[in-house]
Amino acid sequence: MNRELLLNFAIGLGLPLVAGVALLLDEPFVVTLATRVAILGLAGVGLNLALGLGGLVSFGHAVFFGIGGYAVGVLASHAQLYTPVMTWPFEISGSSSMPAIWLVAIVASALAGLLIGALSLRTSGVYFIMITLAFGQMAYYFAISWPAYGGEDGLSIYVRNSFPRLNTLVPFDFFVVAYCVLLCAILLFSRVAISPFGLALNATRQNLARVQSVGIETYRLQLTAFVLSAVITGLAGALYADLNRYVSPSMLSWTISGEIMIFVILGGVGRTWAPVLGAAVFVILEQWLGGVSEYWQIFLGVILLAVVLFARGGLYGMIAGEARHHG
Amino acid sequence: MTASLILEQLLNGVQFGVMIFLMAAGLTLVFGVMGLINLAHGSLYMIGAFASAAVAAFTGSFFWGLAASLAAAAAAGVLVEALVMRRLYDRDHLDQVLATFALILIFSEGTRWVFGSFPLYLDIPEVLSGAVPIPGGGQYPVYRLCIIFVGLAVGVLLYWLIHHTRLGIRIRAGENDREMIDALGVNISKLYTAVFAIGAALAGLAGAMVGAIQSVQVGMGEPVLILAFVVIVIGGIGSIRGAFIGSLLVGVTDTMGRFLLPEFFRLFFDPAGATAAGSAIASMAIYLLMAVVLIFRPSGLFGARRVES
Repeated sequence: MNRELLLNFAIGLGLPLVAGVALLLDEPFVVTLATRVAILGLAGVGLNLALGLGGLVSFGHAVFFGIGGYAVGVLASHAQLYTPVMTWPFEISGSSSMPAIWLVAIVASALAGLLIGALSLRTSGVYFIMITLAFGQMAYYFAISWPAYGGEDGLSIYVRNSFPRLNTLVPFDFFVVAYCVLLCAILLFSRVAISPFGLALNATRQNLARVQSVGIETYRLQLTAFVLSAVITGLAGALYADLNRYVSPSMLSWTISGEIMIFVILGGVGRTWAPVLGAAVFVILEQWLGGVSEYWQIFLGVILLAVVLFARGGLYGMIAGEARHHG
Repeated sequence: MTASLILEQLLNGVQFGVMIFLMAAGLTLVFGVMGLINLAHGSLYMIGAFASAAVAAFTGSFFWGLAASLAAAAAAGVLVEALVMRRLYDRDHLDQVLATFALILIFSEGTRWVFGSFPLYLDIPEVLSGAVPIPGGGQYPVYRLCIIFVGLAVGVLLYWLIHHTRLGIRIRAGENDREMIDALGVNISKLYTAVFAIGAALAGLAGAMVGAIQSVQVGMGEPVLILAFVVIVIGGIGSIRGAFIGSLLVGVTDTMGRFLLPEFFRLFFDPAGATAAGSAIASMAIYLLMAVVLIFRPSGLFGARRVES
């Protein structure tokens, strides 16, 4: 058993262990922190699919995160007021059931991913970074200036949405939901990474021209990866809104895009469990440094800078060495 | 809606445009010459604004503040280049994005630490306050006209610098083939520092000038940074001319969109709905403009038609 596998197990088992021990010690705040790690890690896993496998440096993943969040906010607010979301061409009523909301979040973020991806993938490299960033800002300003769903103030979700057989208002139950979704995404990621699609995608990152020259349509390949990545991040956004019971345009802001990217890079680009490790370290730093100083982000900045400059390959690279498939 | 109101909005658009140009010019130079994507460019803008507000408050002179903004931003630029950027030239864009994102955190929180969370205010100097009449019977602030003038002057100066000086020749050569000019005996490291300092000083200048119109606060740089990105994408990376035309396009589109779209929607909807729809769509107008440019010219209006590897 190699070190990467060991580390994967350590993270995969450690997270529910922490939540479980916290439950026994009656520390609901720690359970909520573990849930936060699972959800932010999920968003990172989504980005890792585009960024790690496909080399698509998207600086606009907050769009999908926010769309997932707004799917929750909009549906739940309509469910509360018993008004339909739309009546034409077909009627959609509000909902407070998580699986139904997730479906909407998935469809909405897939559509957004398709649109943004189709336009952004016409370019590459640094243009791609700037364009995804710009589309992210576009969604942000739209959310601020569109008054129907709270505008700048956002939407409160008064009761956390329900999941069959669980009481999601109990922190540990909600952790279980979030963790299971994370596991599914991790499974999907690891399957995709070794599938023919994933291998071809990995090859486009290494040498686009060669992949094209063997007759693979790289544009469609990258677009598929981008949409898949958007969907996972959108789902994370839906869970995040339920965690905070609040959604606002700040979920769409570009710093969120940056933070999701930090999870991936801090953990180690392209490694399956790395975004979860990155998110865990981020949340721990946030709690710890936030207690030390009001200006904790300075220290976060310094740590990040050190990781980029001196620890290439992120924490996974430091602990488990170079990735086998990541050239 | 009168002709003078439209002219006033148009001038506002141009003023907004030239201000973005000061940001975009530095970004595009740094990217074109060094292949570096610098998110912390917005922080240099913020540093310029804060330096100018602090020095102007201390000396009582706006122009000392302006000089301080240039000096502070250029100094911060040189420092950042020497300490951080130099290690990033050979890295991929991902590392550059993350490292400069970290720099934003450091600069923003550091500024908050020093100056507090409350915004500072910078007064327009006595000489430049007041308004001049414009055709159609309106009045337009002298200060904003000055910004337009400074922006245009910087544009001309940069054009001259790049096309008619030795430094400009080296910058252009550096864009084409950095190894070759290194081999020809040009000190590439000094050249990079110089380019970075020029870009930083322009960003600081923009921050100081805008500081007198808006409030000077932490986080003021990032929205402008993102607009500068949009401009660069529209104009084409590395092209000063593209940045200039892109900036004016973006500035005018944004200002006129916010002004005209709600009016336009009022023809069809009730006033409240028209304002909401108009302002929502106006806030997206420049991004739609960018999308349209991308569809027809993926590497921007004046970008070199080369595929980045």
